[in-house]
Amino acid sequence: MSFRQKHLLGIEPLRSEEITTILDLADRYAEMERGTRKHGDALTGLTQINMFFEASTRTQASFEIAGKRLGADVMNMAMAASSLKKGETLIDTALTLNAMHPDLLVVRHPHSGAVNLLAEKVNCAVLNAGDGRHEHPTQALLDALTIRRAKGRLHRLNIAICGDIAHSRVARSNILLLGKLENRIRLIGPPTLMPSGVAEWGVEVYDNMAEGLEGCDVVMMLRLQKERMDGAFIPSEREYYHRFGLDAEKLGAAKEDAIVMHPGPMNRGVEIDGTLADDINRSVIQEQVEMGVAVRMAAMDLLARNLRASRTPEGVMA
Amino acid sequence: MTNALYRNARLIDPEAQTETHGWLRIENGVIAEIGDGDRAGGVNCGGLCLAPGIVDLGVKVGEPGERHKESFRTAGAAAAAGGVTTIVTRPDTTTPIDTPEVLDFVRRRGQEAAAVRFRPMAALTKGRAGREMTEIGFLLDAGAVAFTDGDRVVSDTKVFSRCMSYARSVGALIVGHPQDPGLSEGAAVTSGKFASLRGLPAVSPMAERMGLERDLALVQMTDARYHADQISTAAALPALARAKAEGLDVTAGVSIHHLTLNELDVADYRTFFKIKPPLRAETDRIAMIDAVRDGLIDVICSMHTPQDEESKRLPFEAAASGAVGLETLLPAALRLYHAEQLTLPVLFRAMALNPARRLGLPGGRLGVGAPADLVLFDPDVPFVLDRATLRSKSKNTPFDGQRMQGRVETTLVGGNIVYSRGAS
Repeated sequence: MSFRQKHLLGIEPLRSEEITTILDLADRYAEMERGTRKHGDALTGLTQINMFFEASTRTQASFEIAGKRLGADVMNMAMAASSLKKGETLIDTALTLNAMHPDLLVVRHPHSGAVNLLAEKVNCAVLNAGDGRHEHPTQALLDALTIRRAKGRLHRLNIAICGDIAHSRVARSNILLLGKLENRIRLIGPPTLMPSGVAEWGVEVYDNMAEGLEGCDVVMMLRLQKERMDGAFIPSEREYYHRFGLDAEKLGAAKEDAIVMHPGPMNRGVEIDGTLADDINRSVIQEQVEMGVAVRMAAMDLLARNLRASRTPEGVMA
Repeated sequence: MTNALYRNARLIDPEAQTETHGWLRIENGVIAEIGDGDRAGGVNCGGLCLAPGIVDLGVKVGEPGERHKESFRTAGAAAAAGGVTTIVTRPDTTTPIDTPEVLDFVRRRGQEAAAVRFRPMAALTKGRAGREMTEIGFLLDAGAVAFTDGDRVVSDTKVFSRCMSYARSVGALIVGHPQDPGLSEGAAVTSGKFASLRGLPAVSPMAERMGLERDLALVQMTDARYHADQISTAAALPALARAKAEGLDVTAGVSIHHLTLNELDVADYRTFFKIKPPLRAETDRIAMIDAVRDGLIDVICSMHTPQDEESKRLPFEAAASGAVGLETLLPAALRLYHAEQLTLPVLFRAMALNPARRLGLPGGRLGVGAPADLVLFDPDVPFVLDRATLRSKSKNTPFDGQRMQGRVETTLVGGNIVYSRGAS
């Protein structure tokens, strides 16, 4: 067993063995979930708090189900609606919660680095469920698991990530993870949606779908936020769809068995064609959601083991 | 004790650009005589450095409005302990210093509470809102040494050009903040690989060049006297060099933080490293050091900006900008000396002589007839900075826990000892 982290704040601090450890365990949980007995006891007796400072349906539900399947006592706090409005600072909120002795804290926050800040102030395991434009590690892990299951490996693949890279924490975590495991990464999108300094990331950058998708094994589409569509970053929704929306024709440039991914929620007809998204031969979008629960079970299980070990007198992991 | 003799000292003369072993005699608060070698009597400096006191251009004191962050008393104590003998204060207080009445209040407070000399700058536009000019003439009469809206750029070029024209007619100096307001809006760090990996809103270094080019064009148009508060990027330097070559009345400064730190120091969202303009690439830092050595950049300042814990203990984007610097300016500058990048006379030219000259102040030099504003320091003593020991009310220093070299022994203002290490 090789996983020494106290928190899961991002992909950046993880070693590739640690990533593989999470994925291997998640694979087992994925099989368990498909069986008749969905429940385990890895988190029995532990308290998991989901703190979402930004609205989320899918990620929050996924973390909640993952915790409940492993026996944790799960509590959801919609922070956007509560203390922030009363002027409480993030650190005060963290200290208040910490006094209630949670074991696992799942946090989403609109500011990059906010989850790191919070993790410094509490003595439980913290999982980053997305912070600003920084990282969204469980999304990258579930994407990696989905790719590994579909392709049979997670190295030496040509992987294209398309769309709004600049504002996407999903893209950052994926680039870090897939890079650590030695894949070839291409970023495709208009230059207004590319982060600065992207040329130094060890990736290839394209502003043309046909060229960028040439020979790809995996095509990951990103969500384009509504507020970025009209004139600010791209001229219009329809021009974006014409040039960067994934449809069967553009996908023709990729390998014949290339898979199509999307972190959801999708804008059908903006970044992806609806029929293609539903094509069970190409799209693995539903499988991504399924793997999301498995990966979160695995991540919380591993963090809980380290947490328990740190609380016993011997306190040393095997 | 305004008559004294300091002997056996290493005299740092920024005017002559020399370091000599000698002595210095003070009479009635003024330097009366300077000589080589040694002589009897007086204070034995033990071979330590004696230099003109630092003139720090652009210090934020929290009066009026934010006295919980810094008062004139604490800023004065910090300055004295840091070898700063004149603080030139910024008008970007919560109640901006934009009328002669507010300026008068500030002057009175400064004179009664600060241990060192202080000269105020006043706002260039009312409320620092960038729309109407302040009473530049009255403010000048009331003692303002320069006019600035701090880090708020006057984005309306018509307003700014009129301010410049009017200021020129009364001989007032304008201190600008070269930055394109559109590109830099909301930015917390400099754009590039690091900013993108951290997912932080960023500004291209080109925004500084754009702001400077604009300001310099207006200077050329109006013949105003202009000082750029902080130049921090290599891309801005050619424009500055061109303006100086054309004979425009232009000078520029750089903060000590941009000379000693770079963007990577932010690391995992350390908000004490959030300053304005943001920390730059290492290549920019080196270019700034070279520009100070060549004299292209005239002034090194601390950009002392006190912020309380609450405004820094936030996610990086939401945290306040700025760092305190009065007490760390000299030890940080000595890093450049120990790295053999800048000599002591060059450092004191930028920290004392040039700012004093630019503002028309008598200090900043080691010459007969100059006020005896002096700092005696040991450039070599190593220490680890503990921010709790700072005299500033706010402790937001990026150098906390870092190894520094150089310690102030004594600070004199007008021949009077305002700080003595043994006594504090």
